[in-house]
Amino acid sequence: MSSADTEEQQDQTAVEADGAAANAARQQLLDELKAALGDAVVGEHIQGGDLWIRVPASEWRRTAEACKSTGLDYFDFLSGLDWMPSAPNPEDAETLSVEPEADADEAPDAEEAAEAEAEHEAEPQPSEAGTVAAYETAEGEPDGGWATGVAGGETRFQVFARFHSPRRKLGVTVKADLDDEAPTVASIHDIYFGAEWHERETWEMYGFVFEGHPDLRHIYLPGEFEGFPLRKDFPLLAREVKPWPGIVDVEDLPAAEEARQDAAINAAQEGAETEGGS
Amino acid sequence: MAVTDQQRRAYVASQAADARVNVELQTEDMILNIGPQHPATHGTLRVVANLDGEQVVWADVVCGYMHRGYEKLTEVRTYPQITTLVNRIDWLSSFANEVPFILAAEKLMEIEAPPRAQYIRTILFELARIANITLFIGTMGADLGAITPVFYAFRDRERVLNQIEAVTGGRFHPNFDRIGGLKDDLPRGWIDETKAVMNRVREFCDELEELLMGNEIFQARTRGIGVIPAEVGLSYGLSGANIRASGIDWDLRRDQDLPLAWKDLDWKVWTHPDGDSFARFWVRLQETREASKMVDQMLDGLPAGSIQAKVPRIIKVPAGEAWVHTENPLGEMGYYIVSQGGLGPFRCKIRSASFNNVSVLPWVLRGTYVPDIITILASLYFILGDIDR
Repeated sequence: MSSADTEEQQDQTAVEADGAAANAARQQLLDELKAALGDAVVGEHIQGGDLWIRVPASEWRRTAEACKSTGLDYFDFLSGLDWMPSAPNPEDAETLSVEPEADADEAPDAEEAAEAEAEHEAEPQPSEAGTVAAYETAEGEPDGGWATGVAGGETRFQVFARFHSPRRKLGVTVKADLDDEAPTVASIHDIYFGAEWHERETWEMYGFVFEGHPDLRHIYLPGEFEGFPLRKDFPLLAREVKPWPGIVDVEDLPAAEEARQDAAINAAQEGAETEGGS
Repeated sequence: MAVTDQQRRAYVASQAADARVNVELQTEDMILNIGPQHPATHGTLRVVANLDGEQVVWADVVCGYMHRGYEKLTEVRTYPQITTLVNRIDWLSSFANEVPFILAAEKLMEIEAPPRAQYIRTILFELARIANITLFIGTMGADLGAITPVFYAFRDRERVLNQIEAVTGGRFHPNFDRIGGLKDDLPRGWIDETKAVMNRVREFCDELEELLMGNEIFQARTRGIGVIPAEVGLSYGLSGANIRASGIDWDLRRDQDLPLAWKDLDWKVWTHPDGDSFARFWVRLQETREASKMVDQMLDGLPAGSIQAKVPRIIKVPAGEAWVHTENPLGEMGYYIVSQGGLGPFRCKIRSASFNNVSVLPWVLRGTYVPDIITILASLYFILGDIDR
């Protein structure tokens, strides 16, 4: 047991050393971006070989220009985030969120989960107050603070995009907070051409308005579609009609077909049901 | 000096005559719909081309005929259930879709698959690439009027699919990757069979090289057609062979550190400076051959040991955000997962290669001729499921 622990520790240090080298390059990129943007960088986060920055929505275009001029000339994607706590289906919450602590059968899992949580909390996170604590409040009280992810955030909606540099072999995820009532941000389609389609997609999925976009119309959904499907308050109709059965499929078969099933399958299914219910 | 009335009248008359001639010569623009059901769209993509004579004035791409809303569906499923969904994004190389998703979940959970699992993952990833691009090589010929290659391609792709089926049980939708490892180990005798198939794949590449690339008609129809300069391609987010054919030496298999076997292998990233349809075809053909060599190397160096790391029975992913992208057959595919510590992701942004690859079409089709539309569509190579998600 102890030798396994040492091995794990060694692995951990090796990973950290690799991560440190990768993070140095990202720190340099972050410094360059900060030099170009000044105070506009209101949130930053480097972790696991990845870099995030957060800027005000008013600086969105300028950030894209700065990214392009720092050599991040490859457009990865642009999309939205809705931080409203979601409970898409109340039954999901019951069947899916198995509380390990409350269940004696899940004792080993509970330990592991607790370990994982402890590890996660022990991680050095620059914006820890903004992430872990926020996640906890979101779980604890439904109308309390919302989780806002790495690099922080204050509003329900965020637009985020990723730019990459094939030459420097690293990329950055840029986020910006948007207004809850009228989420509006400047279009960057003339800086990164690929953003044109992504902005159309984000507009139809989240309802973010991209000012200066030449042709903001539906890309996936039919033209008469109403509502913004990827918002958390948009109900998933399939789940409203028929609740998701959860971990084990316990859908009842039609009576006639059920009669034809042989006893072994039924027994197996019952066994699975009790296992899933516990 | 004042202009006399007579001069003014003569001027107006001549202008009116010019205008009449211009109106008579001007042909009305024609709207040509290619798709949604057209063989060259390989599914249901619609290209609306506004033609002046034979030339495209502008083109618009209409997608969404197959939109399935996977980003919404991932939010009501658990992590192990999502691999079933992502299988169906790029359905010709399904296993390759699973890998970046599983890696992103593993990154958040801070676990790593054992070396043997990493190797088998990479082998199946490359087999998926071969199965996918083999079909491209065939259909590119078919779209240009050469019927034979597509039969060769289907014949030899089937051998690769048989190998994938032997391991995973599924020809198209393996659903084989698990968080922390794989569902099963390789079956007995599989390594030798796969080596024989890889030999066959290389023979196929040689055959197709002779059949198509030396062909005068094929060259005439692809050389210099649909040229995409590197900076335009990057700005549109073109990836994979499409951007390597524009001279950008960028391959995510080599250029990032992932817990997969590519870093142990001896292989080459192929690029082409031209950026035209021929270059895209050429790069993909080289990549297929290269992938078959990589599979051989991995089969020789396959480590022993477990194929599954220790993971909890019920998988909960710690809160955090992770972005993992890999070099899929069609280009860069990535998943941006936001977890809030639950059994399923809070948000999963799926970045698929074809969506960006096709977004360049309005730019590249402008000023081309009608037959070239087909060439360009074929050479950009997209899978509908990968556009519409």
